[in-house]
Amino acid sequence: MADKDTNAIRDMGSFYQRDRAWHPPAFTPQYKTSVLRSPQHALLSMEGTVSEMTGPRFGHGQLGPLDNDLIHNFSRDGEPIGQRIIVHGRILDENGRPVPGALLEFWQANAGGRYRHKREAYLAPLDPNFGGCGRTITDDDGRYWFRTIRPGAYPWPNGVNDWRPAHIHFSIFGHAFTQRLITQMYFEGDPMIWQCPIVSTIPDRAAAEQLIAALDRNNTLPMDALAYKFDIVLRGRRSTLFENRMEGN
Amino acid sequence: MVQKLDMLKETPSQTAGPYVHIGLTPNWCGIDGVYPEDLGRVMVGPQAEGERITVTGRVLDGSGTPLKDALIEIWQADAAGLHNSPVERRGAADPHFSGWGRQPTDGVTGEFRFETIKPGRVPYKDGRLQAPHITFWIVARGINIGLHTRMYFADEEAANAECPVLARVEHKVRVPTLIAPRSEGKDGVAYTFDIRLQGEKETVFFDV
Ligand SMILES: [Fe+3]
Repeated sequence: MADKDTNAIRDMGSFYQRDRAWHPPAFTPQYKTSVLRSPQHALLSMEGTVSEMTGPRFGHGQLGPLDNDLIHNFSRDGEPIGQRIIVHGRILDENGRPVPGALLEFWQANAGGRYRHKREAYLAPLDPNFGGCGRTITDDDGRYWFRTIRPGAYPWPNGVNDWRPAHIHFSIFGHAFTQRLITQMYFEGDPMIWQCPIVSTIPDRAAAEQLIAALDRNNTLPMDALAYKFDIVLRGRRSTLFENRMEGN
Repeated sequence: MVQKLDMLKETPSQTAGPYVHIGLTPNWCGIDGVYPEDLGRVMVGPQAEGERITVTGRVLDGSGTPLKDALIEIWQADAAGLHNSPVERRGAADPHFSGWGRQPTDGVTGEFRFETIKPGRVPYKDGRLQAPHITFWIVARGINIGLHTRMYFADEEAANAECPVLARVEHKVRVPTLIAPRSEGKDGVAYTFDIRLQGEKETVFFDV
């Protein structure tokens, strides 16, 4: 694919512009920390250049065998307390095509809702056998999976009685730096989702629903782990006519 | 009814929250033994081409207070202007330079620090050259969607003056928010890049 002609850059399909109305805006006063951390000026809109249309790629060789197993990757003298679950799904782009080779990193609280972090102030106990981080890379069909325990809900200082619904944080690298995304996964059926000031930073309910993983009974491991299915969509690219072939996505 | 376009919607962003380090720099925040090393900690190998530089700075909120819980990623070309990426089609980048770095802001001072190299120039979509720059991506508690910006180099005045991206900044008074001053000391070449989320000198952020 190497092409020394810099003009070829023009023929790499650029990415669809991000639908900023689908994402949370920067300034969301119900989530108080955003007030002083939200840019006030309009963003400078620009079609991506080669600087944004490229991105780092990560190899399976960089991962360890327990990286996608949060039940065992921090184990000291046994397994963590909690409901055993499997989280799986696909990474797709907006054109519906799988994104292979995507790096996913995830982090979460333990079953009691406590994070392993020095700034964490919640009184729920640490679990000596739970670290709370994991990672994996999607296969050729864009599929991923990992094993963990279901995180607990936790209170946080925003309003006097705000609680986060159970959630897992996700960080995703696609093929281009412009696809970079961090989000959170929620669990089907949790009534606390709709009381959360962070969920409600997303203006459109249908967009927030895109973050709710479905209980997937067909993929549970009997007598072992429940399964949740969580698909993630990254930005897609325009097709471009390049030497009379459609390419770019 | 017209036919459906069958486009999927991008998964909406959510804040990285205060504990982003557990997931992205676990060794840095004391979670040992899960990964051998935090990803993105080292960008430059001993044999990498180009001028070694250090980039430091802070991310300041609307009250001028540095964020002590932010996480920053940078992405840039190598000294020859090529990206270490499978979708880079102009040639093979320096294998000793990753081009991608990830660092937290310090929990006490709020300072971030990257050891990298000065990038070469890369083309704009019409083939004109952009000035050398480093792409920044900032996430933190209170930031609902990661912020993209760019750092340019103060000693590249001629290139900056003709950069097609800098030319798109409508209010020229805001261009200096993207330009890092250079200093040379006993520790080598350093650039300082403070990112202001709000206020009179709010950094220009990009929707790319
Ligand atoms: Fe959380």
